[in-house]
Amino acid sequence: MNLLSQIGILELSYVVASVTFILGLKMLSNPKTARKGNLIAAFGMGLAILTTILFHRDPDTGEHIKNIGWIIGALLIGTVGGAWVSRIVKMTAMPQMVSFFNGMGGATAALIGMIEFNKLALHGVEGSLLNGHVLVMVLGVFIGSVSFAGSMIAYGKLEGKIKDKALPFQHTINLIMLVVILGLGAFIMLQDAPDMNLFFVLMGLSLVYGVFFVLPIGGADMPVVISLLNSFTGLAAAMGGFLYNNMAMLTGGILVGSAGTILTILMCKAMNRSLLNVVIGSFGGSAKGGSGTSSESGGTYRETNPSDTAIMCAYANQVMIVPGYGLAVAQAQHTCHEFEKMLSNRGVNVIYGIHPVAGRMPGHMNVLLAEADVPYDKLIEADDANPMLANTDVVLVIGANDVVNPAAKDDPSSPIFGMPIIDAEKAKQVIVFKRSMRPGYAGIENRLFFNSNTGMLFGDAKDSLEKLISELKNM
Amino acid sequence: MDNFFQFFIDNRDFIYLIILSIFLGIEVISNVPAILHTPLMSGANAIHGVVIIGAIIVMGHADSNNTLAMILGFIAVLLGTLNVVGGFVVTDRMLEMFKKKDKK
Repeated sequence: MNLLSQIGILELSYVVASVTFILGLKMLSNPKTARKGNLIAAFGMGLAILTTILFHRDPDTGEHIKNIGWIIGALLIGTVGGAWVSRIVKMTAMPQMVSFFNGMGGATAALIGMIEFNKLALHGVEGSLLNGHVLVMVLGVFIGSVSFAGSMIAYGKLEGKIKDKALPFQHTINLIMLVVILGLGAFIMLQDAPDMNLFFVLMGLSLVYGVFFVLPIGGADMPVVISLLNSFTGLAAAMGGFLYNNMAMLTGGILVGSAGTILTILMCKAMNRSLLNVVIGSFGGSAKGGSGTSSESGGTYRETNPSDTAIMCAYANQVMIVPGYGLAVAQAQHTCHEFEKMLSNRGVNVIYGIHPVAGRMPGHMNVLLAEADVPYDKLIEADDANPMLANTDVVLVIGANDVVNPAAKDDPSSPIFGMPIIDAEKAKQVIVFKRSMRPGYAGIENRLFFNSNTGMLFGDAKDSLEKLISELKNM
Repeated sequence: MDNFFQFFIDNRDFIYLIILSIFLGIEVISNVPAILHTPLMSGANAIHGVVIIGAIIVMGHADSNNTLAMILGFIAVLLGTLNVVGGFVVTDRMLEMFKKKDKK
């Protein structure tokens, strides 16, 4: 094959890849086409990787891709490892998995910048370093490192291995660091010759900045942070696109950068918060104050038992199940579906009230319940579920807490004030499945638990549901 | 000022591409329902794995005597592959759940 047709195929494959990325994202925003969209994008990616290995030539020397053995080796290890890890990971651990892979992408982008700058340092440059080429290396290393370090911290937080921590004046420190990093970037570009040591310092500072950026943000906000870091990695990938004049990297990177930013904002909107509010992390800070005051005014709660609950549900007309992270942790989705089917068979209308941010990620509950074959039309989104509550006899709150906390409506001092909730207290009876009276993830006391029409059913969500099922069978 | 204009004129096509891509990215996902936020984020996560191409290029043109570049390049390709493969597989697993219920 001649040179022209090789370059032609390569560039054409990048066009195809770019189109599959756009189509893929578009199809991913519709439940009917989402899975196909993902496969289409994956196909485009595979194609671009293959043609790059086969046909890419160094623009200066015209050499083909070398070190093929090493490349294929790394591709193989990465494919087997990546596929294996993502197959065995539990559904509840999906959010941190996404964060982990995002960090890998960030690290890749940073390493690319690193190696390219190293090349410059070895071969020397003519003229000034103040050009677009060096700029994208500096930005690639900066953004990629922040994304990598931040994603790893987010991963650790969701795994429960890293606690929320903040240095005194953390935000001031972060701001100063950001200025220092950008200044250092400019300083590197103003040198007469490329200085690799300065570049290592740049990378180190960016890594520390990534850690500081995520560390003070509350664990409950991690989904938003991951989405934001996701768009950062997109930008870092786009920097690589500029570096190599590579259209697939450029369009893919910018697309993810902008779509990721919008998605982040949409997620914030679902929680009725602003992005700035999340990043500055007022959530974690004021939550401590909030729980301190309200726990004193706790009052008394009423404990109920499986047998009463089962009877109550069996003779109800309409039951609404509000699932939360507790359901996910207990892996109770199948048991929950079984219970729901038994009730339906007795003529009870059972629906699920799904809060958009229930669980650890938006859409977490939908994925989980879908896994248990719960029919799609039984999942009612919060906005539609709330008007139905007045006609609901029993609400079963299974392992959810903050998303049913009335403080979001009427307590301006509460850190979750303003967040839309599922208004469980409007129903005739509320049963809360919970392991203990401990406050939920945001660390806020929940007034709902002390209402006169609320009964607490303590225990693991799965055990409790199993007890309910056996009670129903004996009825 | 002349430098700026020169830069703008030299990179005009890129600048158009960037602006249009940004709007496209916003447009493409603006109607996504909340239930798909997580899978969409995961899918986008896989797509920025396109950075793997840069890793292949840098590794493919690395001088095999330059140990630092070889090691970093190898790691870059490896981590980039993890991003791509892990990203797409995790997304597919999430969406598999949605598909099952479509059949019923």
